[in-house]
Amino acid sequence: MIRHERILLGHGSGGRLTRELIEGLFLPALDNPLLSTLTDSAVFDSIPAGRPALTTDAFVVDPPVFAGGDLGYLSVCGTVNDLAMAGARPVGLTWALILEEGLDTQLLERFVRGAARAAEEAGVPLVAGDTKVVPRGKGDRAFAVTSGLGVVPPGRDLSDRNIRPGDMVVVSGPLGDHGATILAHRHGLEAEGLRSDCAPLGRLVEAALASGAAVRALHDPTRGGLATTVHETATRAGVRVVLEERALPVRPEVRATCELLGLEPLYLACEGRLVAWVAREDALRLVQALREEPLGRGAACVGTVEALENGRAPLVLSTRVGGQRPLDQLSGLDLPRIC
Amino acid sequence: MIRRDPYHDPRAVYAWVERIRGASRGLGRRVTFMEVCGTHTHAIAEAGLRRMLPPEVRLISGPGCPVCVTPIDYMDRAVALARRPDVLLCTFGDLMRVPSSDSSLERESARGADVHIVYSARDALAIARERPERLVVFLAVGFETTLPTIAAAIAEADLRGIENFLVLPGAKLIEPPLRALAEDDEIQLDGFLLPGHVSVVLGSDFYRFLERELDLPGVIVGFTPVDVLRGVDQLVQCVTTGMPRVVNLYTRAVTPEGNRLARHVMAHFFEPEDTRWRGLGVIPASGLALREAFAHRDATRLRVELGPSREPPGCRCGEVLKGVIEPPDCPLFGRGCTPAEPVGACMVSSEGTCAAWYRHERGREKTGAEA
Amino acid sequence: MCLAIPMRLVERGELDGTVELDGVRRRIGLLLCPEAAVGDHVLVHAGYAIGSIDEVEAERTLALIRDALRPAARAGGLP
Repeated sequence: MIRHERILLGHGSGGRLTRELIEGLFLPALDNPLLSTLTDSAVFDSIPAGRPALTTDAFVVDPPVFAGGDLGYLSVCGTVNDLAMAGARPVGLTWALILEEGLDTQLLERFVRGAARAAEEAGVPLVAGDTKVVPRGKGDRAFAVTSGLGVVPPGRDLSDRNIRPGDMVVVSGPLGDHGATILAHRHGLEAEGLRSDCAPLGRLVEAALASGAAVRALHDPTRGGLATTVHETATRAGVRVVLEERALPVRPEVRATCELLGLEPLYLACEGRLVAWVAREDALRLVQALREEPLGRGAACVGTVEALENGRAPLVLSTRVGGQRPLDQLSGLDLPRIC
Repeated sequence: MIRRDPYHDPRAVYAWVERIRGASRGLGRRVTFMEVCGTHTHAIAEAGLRRMLPPEVRLISGPGCPVCVTPIDYMDRAVALARRPDVLLCTFGDLMRVPSSDSSLERESARGADVHIVYSARDALAIARERPERLVVFLAVGFETTLPTIAAAIAEADLRGIENFLVLPGAKLIEPPLRALAEDDEIQLDGFLLPGHVSVVLGSDFYRFLERELDLPGVIVGFTPVDVLRGVDQLVQCVTTGMPRVVNLYTRAVTPEGNRLARHVMAHFFEPEDTRWRGLGVIPASGLALREAFAHRDATRLRVELGPSREPPGCRCGEVLKGVIEPPDCPLFGRGCTPAEPVGACMVSSEGTCAAWYRHERGREKTGAEA
Repeated sequence: MCLAIPMRLVERGELDGTVELDGVRRRIGLLLCPEAAVGDHVLVHAGYAIGSIDEVEAERTLALIRDALRPAARAGGLP
């Protein structure tokens, strides 16, 4: 354990204090053969056959601890999920922290334990890390920066290029749980049932791909929510998507939070959901395969892919009252409003 | 997992659309109804209701979005206050991206100003209690739905002895523009869809002046698709029977006398003043100023550096707000003025006419506002 | 200008109370609706109750809507 209550500038200097952090906190929590060599780089004896995949991400979250997760858990899940959406199996992650001088050490311990838990759930080691400390006032408690190395097994090719008219859009579970939890916390709403959906999706992805369904592409609807993710994908693929409002799974607590604050579930972040683009004839099979997994219980088919005609919007919502309206990729409805 | 409720039932929506079609066959001409509540603008666009109405019935948006009608000099003062190091500014999220003459609260926050988004004036009061070393200024923008809540927060500040809580008054009252719009020859209105939640405070009796003095029907409605369509149906009936009436269709929330205590608390702290409406100019007695006795709560008296206020060139928000033109008629609409990069207030507010149109009605034929 | 939603008052003090909808709770001010009682449904706007829902009128309006649905249902609903 660490002797100091608060992080000091010295903890980032590479000297004795840094060593204390590594040996007192990081190593015990994240222990694995590659990390414990503590050399400049983690060198793998080999990596599985296939195409290597590499991703990076940066994480800031306020509040840093929330129902269902924390900065550490979130950052590892986020990176693991980036790899999973490419169909890559994770080989190793790096985890770097920029800490603000004065950060409560117990909070740091929480992050480290969260990262360790996510790494264990995802079955991937954190093989390298770094810590820097910035003076008080120059950092919002802690930032995490990650990178993830994975391998896409031979024969697997998930890409937006594969998407074609006639395909269907499937989500793995209810929308907006993470975003609603964060915003509820910030604005004084309480709900026992409100909890971030943050989770590593590797296993869910493997189940989806093992089902035999012709999955074209996978994406996770993080920042900007389902609407933004689908809009971006549809634009890249050159298609048009019609989402069915009645089919969108949204938990009652999330809906109530949105109504109170003037937000829309379609634009709230999810950190443990996937959006799958799948051949029409396999949509049902995919939904069933997802529902057999703990993280896919609420899976549902939510939209259809059509050809995109000139000048028309790439994403449209078929509303529950029988109307249709285009959905933009950024709502602007991410700030609580009174009007 | 959508709550099954009749107010969003497509069959009910269909039933009322059919009724409106039937009723409007007897009209013989096109009628124009105006809604004056930003939340109505948003709800109508969200459900795609305009498309469902027959061509004889035209529904236009008026100046009911308090963000849209907030004049640029108010935002200039808000930005100037945010720049003072002793000020902690609290605002509804709606105002964060509204452009001032040369900035916005969002930009000032990025530059280091202390700007907090709050859901309630009460939250701003709590911040004031936690930060006694700062002057906490709350941007008091809104109509009669919101102003009582701000007045209530001031009352609670008095009760609890919290002295560093101030407001920057920028409220608008709904009656003066209703009168001005009803009498405006350029627009030629046949009736109003009246704002449901403002009416919770004001009461349905408040609108009697519409039938007695202005000969116009007004229907108070809630915000679900069925509520709005019932209102349109009722308005069409009023026009075809030639009997302008004020009808309350939001009886589950609106009573004839409204919330007297809310009006009393509002009047205790605020009094009417002449105020500028973006695009409409100065309308007498249409705003609310803090009474002299509460000057210590008034952020207007805080010293700030203000330059001249400038409207962005080419912006036609004013005409949009009066319903004289529709968003696509503005040369900036979609060309330099978008929700992501707004120029005028109509595009900034999520329920400004232009923002609602851009999000939900692009690709639709104009209804021919400038016929 | 008026995002307000009906929520149930589940607990109250003198100046404020807790409202609830679908498991989501928040503390709000009751200064504008001092007579609101626990169990009432109030309209919540910007952190205050601004009025209460009349249950009888709510039922009446619902019945009216349901009535309107019957002919449509008989005719086979939407085309």
